[in-house]
Amino acid sequence: METSSLLPPILLTLRLAAATTFILLLIGTPLAWWLTRSRGHLKPAIEAVVALPLVLPPTVLGFYLLIALGPRGVIGGPWLAATGDTLTFSFAGLVIGSVIYSLPFVVQPLQTAFTAVGEELLEAAATLRASPWDRFISIVLPSARRSFTIAATLGFAHTVGEFGVVLMIGGNIPGKTQVLSIAIYDRVETLHYDEAHALAAGLLLFSFVALLMVYGLSRGARRGFPP
Amino acid sequence: MTTATAPARMNLRLRIWRGDFALTVEESFPAAGIIALFGPSGAGKTTLLRCLAGLERAAEGLLSLGSVTWQDEARRLFVPPHRRRVGMVFQEPRLFDHLNARANLEYGLKRTPVAEQGLSFDEVVTALDLAALLDRMPHQLSGGERQRVALGRALLTCPQLLLLDEPFAPLDRARKDAILIFLAQLPARFGMPIIFVSHTLDDVIQLADYLILQEAGRISGHGPLTEMLKRLDLSLAQRDDAGTVIEATVTSHDDHYHLTTVSFAGRYLTISRLARPIGEKLRLHIHARDVSLTLQAPAGTTILNVLPCRITAIAPADNPAQVLVMLESAGQALLARVTRKSCDQLGLSPGLTVYAQVKSVALAV
Repeated sequence: METSSLLPPILLTLRLAAATTFILLLIGTPLAWWLTRSRGHLKPAIEAVVALPLVLPPTVLGFYLLIALGPRGVIGGPWLAATGDTLTFSFAGLVIGSVIYSLPFVVQPLQTAFTAVGEELLEAAATLRASPWDRFISIVLPSARRSFTIAATLGFAHTVGEFGVVLMIGGNIPGKTQVLSIAIYDRVETLHYDEAHALAAGLLLFSFVALLMVYGLSRGARRGFPP
Repeated sequence: MTTATAPARMNLRLRIWRGDFALTVEESFPAAGIIALFGPSGAGKTTLLRCLAGLERAAEGLLSLGSVTWQDEARRLFVPPHRRRVGMVFQEPRLFDHLNARANLEYGLKRTPVAEQGLSFDEVVTALDLAALLDRMPHQLSGGERQRVALGRALLTCPQLLLLDEPFAPLDRARKDAILIFLAQLPARFGMPIIFVSHTLDDVIQLADYLILQEAGRISGHGPLTEMLKRLDLSLAQRDDAGTVIEATVTSHDDHYHLTTVSFAGRYLTISRLARPIGEKLRLHIHARDVSLTLQAPAGTTILNVLPCRITAIAPADNPAQVLVMLESAGQALLARVTRKSCDQLGLSPGLTVYAQVKSVALAV
C-alpha cells in the first residue's frame, strides 16, 4: 500500500473542513444571534431553511448547488465573470457546498447557547452601561464559549464526513476535489481494500474522538462547571 | 450635585398594558433622598421601575429627572438603558456566571467615565463586607452574598438614580441593618436618589424619607413618609402593621434594668437597652395595634410608656369592630387601633385629650 496516494485526500479534506468551519463560525454566529433575538414572522422560515440539510438527501442539495454554482448559475455565473474560474469541480465550490451542508450543525448549538444566556443577564448588563454590542461581546460570547467549541467540532467533523454533496458538485478529481469519503469509495471500486481500510478506520476513529469531545463538553456545560 | 439646591423633580406620565394588567401613572415628585415604592404584589411596582430603567417602553410615556428626559413618546424619544445613568438591583442577583465577584463588581465601574464615578471600589467592598468573596465565582456564593455583590456592582456606577427592586429579602437581619445604614447616607453624599420597592412596611419605615403608594396599577398617594403615615384615608392605615414614626433623641441608659430612655419635646419613652450613644437621633416605629387609650393618666400599670395626646381624627377601620384614632403628642403623630365599642363608651372625639399607653416600641434605623 502506498501512503503517498492516501495523503492528498486527507490533506484536502482537512483544508476543506478548516475553511468551512472558519466561514461557518463567521456566518453562523450572527445568524444564531438573530434567530435567538428575533420575534418576527421570518424566524420560523429561516430556521427551517437552516435545518433543511438535516433532512434532505445530499444529492438533492448537491443537484441544486450544481446548477447554482455552474457557469450559468446565480452564483457560478458572477463568480466566473469576476475570477475567470468556474465554481463547480473546484475547491471554492466545495467550500460553498460544505458551508450550506454543515450550517445547522453550527447554528443550532449556538442558538441553544445564546438562548440559555437569558434576557435577565442582558438587562442587568444594560443597566451597568453596556451597549448591545458590548453585551454580546462581554456576556453572550463568554457564556457560550463551550458551545462554540461544540459547534466548531460538529461543523468540522460533519464536513470531513460529507459525501453526496461533494460528489455532485466536485466530482472525483484526485488532488483537487477527491475528499476522504470519495477516496474510500474510489478505492473500494478499484478493489484497493487495504487503502480503503486505512482511510475508513482513520475516519471512524476521528469521528468517535470528535463526538466524545462534544458529549464531554455538553456534560460539563450542563453541570455548570467553573471555567 | 442636587443636595445644595432644591431637589430635581421626577416627572412620570406612563400608560402601559401587559395582557389584562394596566399601569397608568401621572405624577411628579421630588427626586431626593430615599423613596419607597410601596404596595401589594401585582400593583405594578416592578413594571414602573423597569420603565424608569429603560427596560420597558410604555406606548405612551414621558419620563424625566430634572433636566434629563429619558422618554418622550410625543417626540419619539427613548433613551436606551445603557445611556440612562440609572442603576438597578433586581429581585434576583443576576450575577454574570462567567465572572468572579471582583469582575462582576468591576463590570459597571469599567464602563463608567472617571468623571462620573463616585464610590471607590474599596469603600463598597468594605461597606458591603465583600473582601472575602472577591475571588469566588457566583455559584460559590450564598443567596445573600450574591445580592450584596449585585448591590455593590450597581453602586459602583454611581448612577443619577438607583432603583432597588426588593433586594433585601435574602439578607439576614444584622446584615440588612448595616446595609440600610450605608444606603441611607448615599443620596446626600452623591446626589443619588434611591427608589426602592418593598411590600414590607418595616423596611419602608426604616429607610424611606418619601413614600409612593402604588395599588392596582395606579399611584394612590405620595408624600413624605411621616405625612403619609398620618393619613387615615389611605390603605396604609388599615394594615395590621400600620403605625407612625416618632423622631427622638437618646437621653439616658439604665444598666440595672437594661433600659434606654429617649425623648422628644420634653416627652420621654423607655425602651430596651440600645447600644447607641446619648444624643443620637433615632426613628421609632410605633404600631397602631400596640397603642391603647385611657381618659385619665393610668396608675398601677405595667406599661412604662404613657403619652398625653390630643385626638386629631377618627376613622372607621376595615374591620367593623374597630376604629383608627390619630393622635398628636408634642408635634409627633401616634396612631391607635381600638374597638368601636371602647371609642363610643369613652366618648372619643377629635380635640379630646387622652393618654396613650404604648405597649412596645420598635426601633427603625
